[in-house]
Amino acid sequence: MNNMRTKAVLQNYLFVLPAVLIFSIFYIYPFYKVFTLSLCQWDGIARFDFAKNFIGLRNFIELFQDKIWWGAMLQAGYITLMALTFQNVLALMLALACDRDIKGGNIYRVIFYLPLVLSEVVVGLVWKWIYDGNYGLLNYWLQNVGLSNLVTDWLSNPKTALTCVAVIHCWKGFGWGFIMLLAGLQTIPRQLYEAAKVDGASSWQMFKSVTLPLMVPVFILVSILTVLGTMQVFVLILSMTNGGPGYHTEVPVTRILASMVDSSRFGYACSQGVMFGAVLLAVSFVQIKLSKYMKQA
Amino acid sequence: MKGLYKKFCLFFMLSLFTVFLSVFLVSCGPNAQNKKQVKSIKVWHWMSDRENAFLELAKRYEIETGVRVNFELYAPSDAYTQKVRAAAQTNTLPDIFGILGEKRDFASFVKSDYVYDLTEDMDGENGAWKNKLFAKALAVNEFEQANSFGVKPGIYGVPIDVTNIQMLYNKDLLQAVGSDSSNPPKTWKDLIEINRKLKAKGVQGLVSGWGEIWMIDCFASNYAFNIMGKDKVLDTIRGEVSYNDPDWIKVFDLFREMRDEGLLASGIVTMVNKTAEQLFANNRAAFAFNGSWCVNVYKGMNPDLNYGVMLPPQASDRYPMTIWGGAGSSFMVNKQSKNIQEAVKFLKWITETDQQVYLSKETQDLPSNKYSLKDIPMVLSQFASAMDNTTHPNVWGASEFPTVIETFDKGIQSIIIGEKTPEQLAREVQQVKEREMAKKQ
Repeated sequence: MNNMRTKAVLQNYLFVLPAVLIFSIFYIYPFYKVFTLSLCQWDGIARFDFAKNFIGLRNFIELFQDKIWWGAMLQAGYITLMALTFQNVLALMLALACDRDIKGGNIYRVIFYLPLVLSEVVVGLVWKWIYDGNYGLLNYWLQNVGLSNLVTDWLSNPKTALTCVAVIHCWKGFGWGFIMLLAGLQTIPRQLYEAAKVDGASSWQMFKSVTLPLMVPVFILVSILTVLGTMQVFVLILSMTNGGPGYHTEVPVTRILASMVDSSRFGYACSQGVMFGAVLLAVSFVQIKLSKYMKQA
Repeated sequence: MKGLYKKFCLFFMLSLFTVFLSVFLVSCGPNAQNKKQVKSIKVWHWMSDRENAFLELAKRYEIETGVRVNFELYAPSDAYTQKVRAAAQTNTLPDIFGILGEKRDFASFVKSDYVYDLTEDMDGENGAWKNKLFAKALAVNEFEQANSFGVKPGIYGVPIDVTNIQMLYNKDLLQAVGSDSSNPPKTWKDLIEINRKLKAKGVQGLVSGWGEIWMIDCFASNYAFNIMGKDKVLDTIRGEVSYNDPDWIKVFDLFREMRDEGLLASGIVTMVNKTAEQLFANNRAAFAFNGSWCVNVYKGMNPDLNYGVMLPPQASDRYPMTIWGGAGSSFMVNKQSKNIQEAVKFLKWITETDQQVYLSKETQDLPSNKYSLKDIPMVLSQFASAMDNTTHPNVWGASEFPTVIETFDKGIQSIIIGEKTPEQLAREVQQVKEREMAKKQ
């Protein structure tokens, strides 16, 4: 009997082993390695010797005093705020429109989803051309409609560069929120709307009292994924402004890359990565707590 | 039925075992290639524009020597840089590879025993190999006595081409504003004067990829050498002269002046060099700040472009104008390789006159072999003639802290967009420098 039990236990462990191994190799070990390196001063080239390279928490202390890093974090926060509001509100409005039985609904769905499937580099380069101060389409249109006073060098102007990038990020990303929200809307039983209609509810009342409460779990999921995705924005920045002018469009990932590649400060880059991960974890944790509270409310 | 199933399973297992055993034995046996003992060396590079020329040279080398050279291209350069660093950590570097980065990165590779010391090979036969190559190109790959990196003195790389970065001017646009296109501006004052005429005609002045901050660094250090001389620049790097020095403020002020005079193309602070090249090639700017590689680029973009090369106009007559230049791309031999001698032989061969003439013709780059300058285009020979004026951070023997370089270059962008004054930037750079020096002590 005991033998049978041992065999069953071993068998269970054996089945779990591949997943544990894969998880350990591809998740736990890299995380451990990044954390270890964040405590070291290392250029990523010399042979790594933990004892020789260990500097304790010096990278983290420096990081806390690094104004450019925290500025980049704030800038990513600004883009995230734009995505959470502008992008998701737009996505919701379009999802609500497509949720109705309208002619050519599928065509709209494809059109709204299209920016998402485009390569970020291509999107960045095309919009860079549109925003171009000399030969850009945006300035050309503005001049043609008599708004020459608004003409500027959009990506080189510190007042407009970050917003321009944020708008493109929202344009590229709203299709994803649209699909998620549309899927959520379609799970709401139609009978609820019919019952509300019979009770004489207006469209706004139906939206406020039926749609919104039932969509809370989808909103939470969309907002968590928007925050995580947007805070890590990178390719658009790299292809449009490369973090410039000055530090005006720097975000955490461009700073990590700058430390790692341009400055060969591998250890510092790892500490930036750990800190960034911790911040994202904290934000997600707050969001989850908030969502639980909202669900209960 | 159960017995038949068991027999089938047994048969299946045995067949599977036989197949695996056969595969194992075959893979352990000597293959056709090993029988013939074909030697091969592996080369990693990032130069996508030279891939076809390299493959052709590899073919020729195999015919001549029987040694196969496998060129492996990994682009873009950022990805290549990471690949080489990762390979160094796992001891999987190829026989020949290139190192991208600053001199301190190169030094780190050498100190970690990844790079073979080529000094003996270069000096052999009375320095026959060394003497063929441009000294300035070789200097980039050399570590001198008592260098600040603590590397054993020697030559650790072979330049395969030469480059320098100068200013280019559009002859047609200069003619259109009544300037003598055979006599481009020589002084800063002349440049500002011509720009005023260009501006009046609605022509943009200078384009360059100053979104890639190293190009700003290059332009600024040219003028630093011109205004205060090499010694003072190096003293600043060593921490003996402050960035608050009036000469540095003069350097920063040139950018302020360019901004105020409307000399810089709109959007220059976020412009990548490819865009700058397109603007210049399409006659949309009168001047460009670019490297000798641009000859090939402009040829591809606009074969009819009528342009010339000039040294950046002097802002001061105290010191000569110095430009960045030297080795464009270099190859290093892996010290851990089993084919060191084969790799060295190949590098000797590829830097011989015939191969260099071929490479130069195919890629429109300046050859590293000084006897291969025949039949190069006029513009390229103009670039070549300025090799005596070149310098490079890799030959200075001291290097600035990366954080200082970043603050310096990003700060210049801030001057251009009107956010900072030259004095503010000088103070900021000096603060970062002092912080870094304090950390080092």
